[in-house]
Amino acid sequence: MSDFSVIAASRTQKWVAGTLVVGYAVITLLPLLWIIATGFKSPSDAIAYPPKIFFEPTLEGYVNLFTTRTRQTAEFLAANPPQTWYEEIVRKYDMVIAGPSRFGGRFMNSVIIGFVSTFLSVFLGTLAAYAFSRFRIPLKDDLMFFILSTRMMPPIAVAIPIFLMFRALGLSDTHAGMIMLYTAVNLSLAVWLLKGFIDEIPREYEEAALIDGYTRFQAFYKVVLPQAATGIASTAIFCLIFAWNEYAFAVLLTSGTAQTAPPFIPTIIGVGGQDWPAVAAGATIFLLPVVVFTILLRKHLLRGITFGAVRK
Amino acid sequence: MAEVTLRNITKRFGATLALDDVSMTVPDGAFVVLLGPTGAGKTTTLRLISGLDAPDGGEVSIGGRDVTDLTPAQRNVAMVFQQYSLYPHMTVRDNLAFPLKSPLLNTPADDITRKVGRVAEMLQISHKLDNKATALSGGEMQRVSIGRALVRDPAVFLMDEPLSSLDAKLRADLRVELKSIQSESRATFLYVTHDQIEAMTMATHVGVLEQGRLIQFGTPREVYETPVSIYAAGRLGLPRINILPADIFGAAPPGTKWIGLRPEQIRQGEGHDSEVVRVEHLGDQTRLHLRFRNHDVVTVTDAHTELKAGETLKIRPENPYYFDATGARAF
Repeated sequence: MSDFSVIAASRTQKWVAGTLVVGYAVITLLPLLWIIATGFKSPSDAIAYPPKIFFEPTLEGYVNLFTTRTRQTAEFLAANPPQTWYEEIVRKYDMVIAGPSRFGGRFMNSVIIGFVSTFLSVFLGTLAAYAFSRFRIPLKDDLMFFILSTRMMPPIAVAIPIFLMFRALGLSDTHAGMIMLYTAVNLSLAVWLLKGFIDEIPREYEEAALIDGYTRFQAFYKVVLPQAATGIASTAIFCLIFAWNEYAFAVLLTSGTAQTAPPFIPTIIGVGGQDWPAVAAGATIFLLPVVVFTILLRKHLLRGITFGAVRK
Repeated sequence: MAEVTLRNITKRFGATLALDDVSMTVPDGAFVVLLGPTGAGKTTTLRLISGLDAPDGGEVSIGGRDVTDLTPAQRNVAMVFQQYSLYPHMTVRDNLAFPLKSPLLNTPADDITRKVGRVAEMLQISHKLDNKATALSGGEMQRVSIGRALVRDPAVFLMDEPLSSLDAKLRADLRVELKSIQSESRATFLYVTHDQIEAMTMATHVGVLEQGRLIQFGTPREVYETPVSIYAAGRLGLPRINILPADIFGAAPPGTKWIGLRPEQIRQGEGHDSEVVRVEHLGDQTRLHLRFRNHDVVTVTDAHTELKAGETLKIRPENPYYFDATGARAF
């Protein structure tokens, strides 16, 4: 490769590009690092100014996140020495652990609502996308546009009618209601994304399977689905990220039984105000499932993004 | 092994009439080659027989059974597509076994192993059986694609230019192989090709399609020797038939407009002067490009001819075809 190659980057170009990428990554990840670090700070370190970059890490935030605590008299504390490391942490403030907090339940709500609605969006989306891609459907283009049009306004624009509908139907603060809502919002995205992927799969494969003695549904299941795996995985990630992060509807429509983690985390109150380390600990744990899910599917995600570009 | 009958088949794609009232009976065990340029309806005919498309009118029957409303699976046909359509997420072995594992056949495992092994050997792909289908060359893919049809024992084989993407050597081998499979199994074949030699060597019957209509159906020799029109005559024969004004060699039968001359219908060394424009030595034969009264004529002559460009050669027609103004055969 010559020095004047138009394809190979020069040393300087590589350096510039590398610096830009690293710089961008640092800027993007900084808030994240801040949150993760705050989760391991003591309440006073968390609000110290100037911010402490080096601090003594503690699990106080995590303990506070998962427990409820009550203040006790000196006699009681003296009579009941702490049994566990986490009780020892709360004793610093003359407190004892009264029981688990509601975070665990809220987190499970997020998991149930997020993953079930993602599954439904992708499942229904795949079937609809396949039908739109392969069959002659009257008014197909209009229907596709109609499906897309549900995304043309921010979902929160319809918050009030949805609130009233949920109340009338008894869906407020239920898992089923939130799953339906997130599925409905995600479905249009899923249909559009998946239709693009399925359009790229040549019909000849299914036709070959039909000739080979399979029914239309078996051909779909055995031949189309495996090849759409990439598209299904990336669609699932997009759907999960939306359902997982959704805040506005969750605040509006849930308060207890079906409340998800996003509206719950900011309400974590400590002694004498907001317990920032506990909030940060909650946010950190909240990040994990999406990170794990994305890492598991990252190969598909990357191929999903470049899909269409690499096919001959 | 079955007779295939098309009765008054019509098929439209939007405003295009793809097949126009086509009726054809493919006898049991016949090897039918469909000829015609792109868009004549060859592939559509195969798709209608396979059940991938439904006709707008008419009836398809296989082995005496009306299959017009049946799914492809219920018809028990095997098809090789023009674009090899291997399942990319499967190995070659799984691709070949796929039709055998279908609910239709539900073959026992040891039968599958045996049949897949036999077909792989026949198509010289045994060493590739565990490769991913996408890790094959184009020729290998097409062989697997043919293999997927051959592992079965279907009522009818439908093949859409199966050999067109292969190199000459492999094509010649597979041509012989397919023909022997057909004569051994006595299976019924419908075969689409542009290849002259495939048509002439493999076919028991040739069907000529012109813009969705079946204009001639017969043995390759019948179609070659007694074409019904200029169009049908042009489908077979290399070099192609020469079409000249009917009276160019003198008086023509009344009502005729064109004279058709295949190379063997041009007697050389007698008759009228023509100019030799180009001499192409092909080895086993020599092609002569002649200029005769402002018309180009291509014919074949002795492999070791002494003729050179610029020389004069006398030619005259011998048992020519005459066609009327519409292109239909008159004499």
